[in-house]
Amino acid sequence: MINCEKASTICNKKQYKEATLLEQIQLGFHLLYCKACAAFSRKNKKLTILCDKANLHILSEQEKEQMKEKIDHNI
Amino acid sequence: MDATSINMTENQLNPTSWVDQYADYLFNYAVARVSDGEIAKDLVQETFLAGLKSAKNYQGAATERTWLIAILKRKVIDYYRKINSKKGKAEVRINYSSHSDSEGDWLEENVADPFSTLENDQIENVELGQAIQECISKLPKKQSAVFIMKTIRGLSTEDICNELGINPSNLWVMVHRARTNLMGCLNENWFKL
Repeated sequence: MINCEKASTICNKKQYKEATLLEQIQLGFHLLYCKACAAFSRKNKKLTILCDKANLHILSEQEKEQMKEKIDHNI
Repeated sequence: MDATSINMTENQLNPTSWVDQYADYLFNYAVARVSDGEIAKDLVQETFLAGLKSAKNYQGAATERTWLIAILKRKVIDYYRKINSKKGKAEVRINYSSHSDSEGDWLEENVADPFSTLENDQIENVELGQAIQECISKLPKKQSAVFIMKTIRGLSTEDICNELGINPSNLWVMVHRARTNLMGCLNENWFKL
């Protein structure tokens, strides 16, 4: 038996494929009787799907440093 | 009310924090429109510099973010103008169809498929990207750093812990807070299944 806190941590790990098989079974069992965690789990999964779909881009730290330097030069 | 107290209540520009606060958000916006990382990066840089130049015209009516996006929009338009005015590209030829013998059928052949949802999907994904990026930028700094490293850069838990000097359970707490905040921030619309 696991508590809700543990369940949410496993659920988060699962989003990054870092939950062990045992953890996943524990989570699955918890979700059977805990409606709050089941709702969280659904939303969490959806968030993962949304992030994948959005195909997010970011600048590297190095690129950002270069930008900052150029801004500082021009202030 | 004198001028200084008006300024207190209105939006102000803070160029030293622009890169940290808006670079990723603007970059995503640009990438979605020019579909080239290098060009998008240049446009963001130009936006910041143009922002500095015209900072004195900033009235404080819009937020910094809105104001910067407006500049970037102009930059994107200018970019397309520039590449279109290069010799030989100004002339656009439209062929209705590659089959020249299909007399009179071209309209039927070229009408958009009314049942296709592909175009909408793409527009939706661009909007989604911006919505997520905006929500990430509203997160507390540590949460957004962890979330970006984990979700967008796809780094391993171990690498992140080493880089930030935290332990794995700290990391998962941070991930949890970031994800719950994002769920709350992203409009309910995005969560309709």
